[in-house]
Amino acid sequence: MKNMKPLTGTEAASYAMKQINPDVVAAYPITPQSDIMHGFSQYVADGKVDTDLIRVESEHSAMSACVGASAAGARVMTASSSQGIALMHEIIYIASSTRLPIVMNVVNRALSGPINIHCDHSDTMAERDSGWIQMYCETAQEVYDLTILAVKLSEHKDILLPVMVCQDGFITSHGVEPVKLINEKKVKKYVANYKPKHSLLNIKKPITVGPIDFYDFYFEHKRQQVDAMQKAKSIYPKMAKEFSKVCGKNYRYIEPYKTKDADHVIITMSSTAGTTKEVIDVLRKKGKKVGLLKIRMFRPFPNKEIVKELKNKKTIAVLDRAASFGAEAPLYSEIRSSFYEEKNKPEIFSYVFGLGGREINPGMIERVYSELISGKAKKENYLGVRE
Amino acid sequence: MPIGGIIIEPGNSKNYKTGSWRTFRPITDLKRCIHCMQCWVICPDDAIAVKNNKRIETDLDFCKGCGLCAEICPVKCIEMKKESEFNCNKKIKNKKM
Amino acid sequence: MVNLKELAKQESKISSGHRMCPGCGAAINARMFMMGTKHPVVVANATGCIEVSTTVYPYTSWKVPWIHNAFENAAATISGVVSAYDVLKRKGKIKKEIKFIAFGGDGGTYDIGLQSLSGAAERGHNFLYVCYNNEAYMNTGMQRSSATPYGASTKTDPLGNKRQGKQEFSKDLTKIMVAHNIPYVAQTSISHYNDLIEKATKAFEIKGPKFINSLSPCTAGWGIKENDSLKVARLAVETCFWPLYEVENGKYKISYDPGDKKKPVKEFLKVQKRFSHIINDKKAIKKIQENIDKNWQDLKKLEKCDF
Repeated sequence: MKNMKPLTGTEAASYAMKQINPDVVAAYPITPQSDIMHGFSQYVADGKVDTDLIRVESEHSAMSACVGASAAGARVMTASSSQGIALMHEIIYIASSTRLPIVMNVVNRALSGPINIHCDHSDTMAERDSGWIQMYCETAQEVYDLTILAVKLSEHKDILLPVMVCQDGFITSHGVEPVKLINEKKVKKYVANYKPKHSLLNIKKPITVGPIDFYDFYFEHKRQQVDAMQKAKSIYPKMAKEFSKVCGKNYRYIEPYKTKDADHVIITMSSTAGTTKEVIDVLRKKGKKVGLLKIRMFRPFPNKEIVKELKNKKTIAVLDRAASFGAEAPLYSEIRSSFYEEKNKPEIFSYVFGLGGREINPGMIERVYSELISGKAKKENYLGVRE
Repeated sequence: MPIGGIIIEPGNSKNYKTGSWRTFRPITDLKRCIHCMQCWVICPDDAIAVKNNKRIETDLDFCKGCGLCAEICPVKCIEMKKESEFNCNKKIKNKKM
Repeated sequence: MVNLKELAKQESKISSGHRMCPGCGAAINARMFMMGTKHPVVVANATGCIEVSTTVYPYTSWKVPWIHNAFENAAATISGVVSAYDVLKRKGKIKKEIKFIAFGGDGGTYDIGLQSLSGAAERGHNFLYVCYNNEAYMNTGMQRSSATPYGASTKTDPLGNKRQGKQEFSKDLTKIMVAHNIPYVAQTSISHYNDLIEKATKAFEIKGPKFINSLSPCTAGWGIKENDSLKVARLAVETCFWPLYEVENGKYKISYDPGDKKKPVKEFLKVQKRFSHIINDKKAIKKIQENIDKNWQDLKKLEKCDF
């Protein structure tokens, strides 16, 4: 097929960036994200894009430069992982509260300490209340498609929020998959030109960005952010449907897999969803009624849609690739809270797995299903750890 | 209210009067003033009004009374007087935004 | 010489109604630097006195586009703005020539913002960075910074039985910026408006990163009267505590040489409360004087160097 290309997750991200041709990109190296910027730097060096690439001296400055460029009316993108996200944490909040539509590709990696370069979701889970839209990708294909969609989503006049497009470090980021590409002209037509309402470079209408905002107005500005997230939630399905005409797939907030008649369901995000599907296919052949619900959008959180999809199930195991010390794991906590008002709700169990890149294999997922089926699951489980 | 905390009305702090901070008031003898504009350049509060190349009365709505104009004046035509010496009929009030 | 009458015809880029203290050096710095160009200007501001006092929501004193991001990233922020300008101009979306300036206090420049400043300078973005240097963290309540001079008492170098005031000399940020081999670096002071505005004008016209370190007396932090900021800043220059000079393409030029009229540093120290505890300490005064004399001689040697 002409439009299929073997790409890693990072290559898929940089290829999407090339087709989007953003005005400004800020780049700072960190494993496993670096390949995104290697790829994109080559496009810049070859003159394939006319982006101004700022090779900053830290992730803190990467996000700071993104804020400056976005406030100046440019279409802005960046990418990072783990410690990089943590270092830019301060400015991540400023980007969303200033309502700047920045798109950041994140290659999920465990946060220090101890230092680790492999995948878990602790880096982006630490940003879950930052006011960014967060999307988690299972495959390189999703990374590619959602990076393009994210640009439109963030710039929507009723949303104006930054977006993180997340993929699993080394698993998605460095594994090669066939990716169906969209014709570049079609991408450019889809993302179109970004026309910001206000810009620092509009010298005829000078604006003040980032003033000091005390108790008399700060709360209202936060309330606006809450509204924007709610709007993102209501606008997204329509946008995804529209985008399906471009990319050929309707990316819903959630993706059910064989859940219709399932009694026992796993909920998880990113690449682990792929492994789970494999296990489901095997177990289905053995007559087990098992399914999967993949969460694609974590912020805003599609609570009602999840409940609608799963309220008649017997059991649910929530597989979190992050822990919340002293509380429930993040995804599990959201799922439990989503079901709170339901009268007949499934029994919900927590499985924390894969921290620091610890292997998650079909055998382990099969074990989760068998624990759900046999009723042997504990409330909180740690999958694949030495106890 | 615009989103993101941006302010779209440039220079609207003109609506926030700081003259009430003053404990000393600059009194300028305009007859002796040579209009050198040194008081204008040093005034931290942009309170020295200039019209047709001439320095006119200090804008007391904003003057905080620091006295740097008197300090820099080469002909010493600005005198700082205690605010309490003046009958403050005209109270400076800020509108609530 | 700056023509003040001509300058006064221009509309001020910062309006009244800001909330900086009476007699504030930072306010004077901000106004004077903004007088330095007739072109449209976009401003980035590090967190600090100027930032909090000029933009108390819903008010702004800025009549030009202005952005504050955080404390340590004014240089990175303006580099993003400049980058956006460069690309949008290249794409024909913007036609006008726009100048870019960033303001940071000494805390936001010497300390927490040094990395972002260094990065932006090395990358060669076309902007002017101004450090309004009041020699401590004045906005947070007068704590020591690496710009605080030896001997000065601050809230984190208080006067105690065992330790009195700052025990270290300040670092020489101006020379650190010279070491970046950028086209223009200078030191100036609000006491010398001709020098300051001329340097600002010159810097705005030079392409590439420019850095100006400008002395900015703080009435509360230095312990001086509201109408003394001018006098104290002048004494800093006349004692060579704060020499005025510029470095254009690596070439040093002293802007003001008091010659035989160079005053002893005690003249500068004695008018400020932050030094009151050492004013009769001959050893401390000698140490400060020797340091100033050495730096001044070094500067003169650098001026003579033909690189």
